[in-house]
Amino acid sequence: MGETKRAFPHRNLIDITEYSADDIMMLLQTAQRFREVNERRIKKVPTLKGYTVVNMFNEPSTRTRSSFELAEKRLSCDVMNFGGSSTSSVKGESLVDTVKTLCAYKIDLLVVRDKNAGAPYKVAQASGLPVIDAGDGKHQHPTQALLDLYTLWQQFGSLEGLKVGIVGDINHSRVCGSLVPALRTMGAHVTLIAPPTLLPPRPDVMGAHAVSHDLDAELPDLDVVYMLRVQRERLEGAPFPSMREYSMLYGMNEKRNELLRPGSVICHPGPVNRGVELDSFMTDHPERSLILDQVYAGVLVRMAALYLLLGGSE
Amino acid sequence: MTQANTMKTLVMDASEIERALTRIAHQILEANHGASDIALVGIVTRGDLLAKRLAAKIEKIEGAPVPIGKLDISFYRDDFATYFNPEVHSTQIDFDLDGRTVVLVDDVLFTGRTIRAALDALMDLGRPSCVQLAVLVDRGHRELPIRADFVGKNVPSSGNESVRLFLEETDGRSTVEIFELAPGAHMGAAPLQKGGEQ
Repeated sequence: MGETKRAFPHRNLIDITEYSADDIMMLLQTAQRFREVNERRIKKVPTLKGYTVVNMFNEPSTRTRSSFELAEKRLSCDVMNFGGSSTSSVKGESLVDTVKTLCAYKIDLLVVRDKNAGAPYKVAQASGLPVIDAGDGKHQHPTQALLDLYTLWQQFGSLEGLKVGIVGDINHSRVCGSLVPALRTMGAHVTLIAPPTLLPPRPDVMGAHAVSHDLDAELPDLDVVYMLRVQRERLEGAPFPSMREYSMLYGMNEKRNELLRPGSVICHPGPVNRGVELDSFMTDHPERSLILDQVYAGVLVRMAALYLLLGGSE
Repeated sequence: MTQANTMKTLVMDASEIERALTRIAHQILEANHGASDIALVGIVTRGDLLAKRLAAKIEKIEGAPVPIGKLDISFYRDDFATYFNPEVHSTQIDFDLDGRTVVLVDDVLFTGRTIRAALDALMDLGRPSCVQLAVLVDRGHRELPIRADFVGKNVPSSGNESVRLFLEETDGRSTVEIFELAPGAHMGAAPLQKGGEQ
């Protein structure tokens, strides 16, 4: 009674470790309501009519950017895409000056993808506006973690006690930077599985419960095998002899599928290098592969994040 | 949460609520010449519960069930930027709205803004041939040109009062009560006493 506003307790989505289990659950439940919207004939609600959102992508991205754009449009936002080779950074403008210029357009929220870790903080500081991190350097990619959590929550009904193995290039992965702490917050058990050359010097500080170099030994215990993409563009100094050898030791394929227990699933943040981390049998496996569910969940959690961050903003 | 709001008047008790709903059920049937094309859509959360009660009564009178759905209007509100409640409930309408007579059901009709939002939400879900409005209480103070077709009770109220419905299903008692609002308090629906989703 006399209910005062109970706005969402965050203004930014930059560091997932600032979100409690309750905050994350509220986000996932809101995403679930947006699922209802996305399954209607009219897949759009007028909620953010009059709000202007800028997608500032200073690094190539196809799916994250299109997913954000779709989420914004389905909430009736006005959307401006900004970045790529057309940006003023090419002409020597600093990030802060670019942000200040964008703010002069009277925008309401910024979605930031940048090759430099920490850039979203800088943007939040310079703009004074809500910011969503769409991937910064090797730091974090919180909406990716949230869409993964949503997908697994839908699949298993709960995240508590779920055994998740994350396989591959842990060291270069900003997906990991958000996913490991988020899974931990939600009570899942995380094992990092990679050759030593693809692990950070101190994998323990990432918050995982266990580290392993032997995929075959871990597979029978896992509910979720989360395959990371081999980031050819970020590999320097040959961390493994050849793609073929990597695939033999750390790729999921038809043969390794035999080691999985019934009900276990495969996730991948995309885009998949077919034949490297996943073969076509696993990528397209009708029961085990959740890859396309993850893509769909991306739109839902991004709608939820925009909704919760902008609600009660005045 | 301000707790200074105090109950002033008991406007309806459980049996009065029941009698009003029985009358509304008859009026809906009379106005629409039976129940053949009717569907009830309750605005969550208490309108949804009232719609269930009305549907049961209509079924008892006509001998056949009427389709019933629930509508959450969070994504259609006009106070998103100011009074934001992050909790969104489920919208569930498992029948085709096209060509039907939809009776929207809500607990208290006040400014009319909730109904405006509900109409927009409904139109995104289908194209009913006609929309009617049933409310348990009309307390006046409309800010939009909206009126109810079926009213349980007209309750004159002042702007610094809050008129609230409590229902057995969520609150452990069925009453309509008038509260004196504490200064600065927001007049929304009463928070549910027994958990959320129905």
